Amino acid sequence: MSRAGYDEILAEVKKLLARFGKSREEIDEDAELVNDLELDSLLVMELVQEVEDMFDISFPLNDLSGIHTLKDFVLQIQKEIGA
Amino acid sequence: MGLFDKFKSIAVEREALMDQLGILPFNVEIEEILTPTTARISGREVLLAGTNNYLGLTFDPRCIEAACSATRAEGTGTTGSRMANGTFAGHLALERELAEFYSCTKAIVFSTGFVANLGVISTLTGPGDVLLIDSDSHASIYDGCRMSGADIIRFRHNNPADLEKRLRRLGDRANNTLIIIEGIYSMLGDRAPLAEIVELKKNYSASLMVDEAHSLGVLGHKGQGLVEEADCLEDVDFIVGTFSKSLGAIGGFCVSNHPELDLVRYATRSYLFTASPSPATVASVRQALRILASGLDLRERLWQNARHLYDGLAQLGFTLGPEPTPVVAVYMESKEATLFGWKKLLEQGVYVNLVLPPAAPEGKSLLRCSVSAVHTHEQINHIIKAFSAMSADISL
Repeated sequence: MSRAGYDEILAEVKKLLARFGKSREEIDEDAELVNDLELDSLLVMELVQEVEDMFDISFPLNDLSGIHTLKDFVLQIQKEIGA
Repeated sequence: MGLFDKFKSIAVEREALMDQLGILPFNVEIEEILTPTTARISGREVLLAGTNNYLGLTFDPRCIEAACSATRAEGTGTTGSRMANGTFAGHLALERELAEFYSCTKAIVFSTGFVANLGVISTLTGPGDVLLIDSDSHASIYDGCRMSGADIIRFRHNNPADLEKRLRRLGDRANNTLIIIEGIYSMLGDRAPLAEIVELKKNYSASLMVDEAHSLGVLGHKGQGLVEEADCLEDVDFIVGTFSKSLGAIGGFCVSNHPELDLVRYATRSYLFTASPSPATVASVRQALRILASGLDLRERLWQNARHLYDGLAQLGFTLGPEPTPVVAVYMESKEATLFGWKKLLEQGVYVNLVLPPAAPEGKSLLRCSVSAVHTHEQINHIIKAFSAMSADISL
């Protein structure tokens, strides 16, 4: 998927994160979901469920272990959308 | 970073709990077990209101005698795996009896319920397959899924519409999908909407496994579990369960009408490389299964007690799990209130399970109670009274 696709997904995920109390200004694509955005395991799972509904994809748990930053997350969503 | 650095946070948490409660809630010593519903803890007798001894069979004289006789006749252990020297006549007899109990053709007995899930899930599925599991699944299901190498996808708890979305997204891969649910969920005590899930499984040509750990002996006229209550036994591909709850011992099983289950045993590492259940365990489980199968009176008493406790706590204003079953989950407002409440109950002689995030769903904290068929009416009243006093203390 193109950079445009990446940017669109990033914008949508940032909107979702705002609903989790993270202001869009403080969210950098290199931010780590756990260490920087302070999402615990339960919040990460909630975020994944929201992303799944938003993009009509299913996100295997196996893929979560390699995701550390917001950028990793968006790239994985791109991959699932294209799969 | 050293090997042990990751345990530092646990050490800090443990110290804080000890300072706050004066006892470690996740390592409580049962100094003496007195009856199926009472024990001595910290020098005093307490009422057990958090065990999984649903039918109260742990002290049944017939089960004890069966275990003692088997020990005298066959020794204390098999000292080998099922594949090597650990398949005695009793293990095979128990497999035949389980198959007969469920009207299935095949059964495998495992050493624990945990390894039954670990083994069956990780052997049935592999890379390229899909596991669709309820988000509130037990740790043994999650671990079995991880070991399989299959894609693991969660669906929202007890939500067939969410499950259907995920089946639809899979397309042709639904054929290679195993859906896993539980008869009664261990934390909230709610039942799975099995009939709806069976319809989806059929529509998408997937396979279905039901873990009856907390529902065997609890649901259904014969006590087979949710598969019987929902009249879906023939539509479920695999039933797994444990001997450590209603059957009052330890061990696990899987039954199925798929003839291939018999082949699964030769490829399941948690069956091949662990010692088989002891003769005492097998003998007491066989006896307990006979009692369970004929024990409608026990199930009636269990459900009377379950409704008594659920209604009593609801009347006190507690927020409870979604439906009355023998697992009665009490939602607490905060972790602090849960810890305080747990200790207050123990001080009043009632021992319940403390459940803190992430063990409880949705990040909640719970006081998890469970009832037994052998709790007396007075004992259930005692539990309700203790909750009432605890609630008053929290409000002060």
